[in-house]
Amino acid sequence: MSGLNSKDYKKTSKSYQPKTNYVWNCIKAFVVGGIICVIGELLSEMYIHWFDFSEENAGNPTVATLIFLAALATGLGVYDKLGQFAGAGSAVPVTGFANSITSAAMEHKSEGLVLGVATNLFKLAGSVIVFGVVAAYVLGIIRFTWQAIF
Amino acid sequence: MTFLWAFLVGGGICVIGQLLLDVAKLTPAHVMSSFVVAGAVLDAFDLYDNLIEFAGAGATVPITSFGHSLLHGAMEEADKHGVIGVAVGMFGLTSAGIASAILFGFIMAVIFKPKG
Repeated sequence: MSGLNSKDYKKTSKSYQPKTNYVWNCIKAFVVGGIICVIGELLSEMYIHWFDFSEENAGNPTVATLIFLAALATGLGVYDKLGQFAGAGSAVPVTGFANSITSAAMEHKSEGLVLGVATNLFKLAGSVIVFGVVAAYVLGIIRFTWQAIF
Repeated sequence: MTFLWAFLVGGGICVIGQLLLDVAKLTPAHVMSSFVVAGAVLDAFDLYDNLIEFAGAGATVPITSFGHSLLHGAMEEADKHGVIGVAVGMFGLTSAGIASAILFGFIMAVIFKPKG
């Protein structure tokens, strides 16, 4: 074993790691992500034509419906299978946000409703809200000041 | 036609996410956080609205639109109430998404048992 220096080790261990198929992963992410967005577009057209939403505020019920569908699919164990196949294609749409909330809550169900489900609900999704709010706050102040000056 | 653009733009945003996962070796949480910040930055320059007008759900369904909605709601109230409005309107447009995510996430966790 004396001949195995760190450089060799890196080389050897790399040959045992699964190779990432960048192109195939991107195609899968593109198709699944695109399909989720088309479903969103279908829902938003439905809310505009049948439920009298305007084009601006149809986004709200659309997102809520997608979140419901994703939470249900996560509960049934379907969304995680999709996630293994699609990678970012199922993580980047808002359905991935619902999936992270539901799966974190389900995982800790055995610890009880308060300490398990409710406490861990935002375990994964919390970072999205924190960074979103901090960024929006800072940018909002900057933009407001900008508008006030010019 | 909007359907085609929704597919292409939504899929394209997911490909960027996939490349960040595979090439830059970021975790999904890092990718999602970066996308929210990116959406807010794009909205700060009034670019995200153009994308929504062009691609519809292709721009509103990816998580980037969460950052856009946060800033958009904040700016709407800031126009009316000044700096305090930034805090008042922060969740104005995203309330439906967050409320339903909490509600449905909780309900599903109560109903279903984790598999595997």
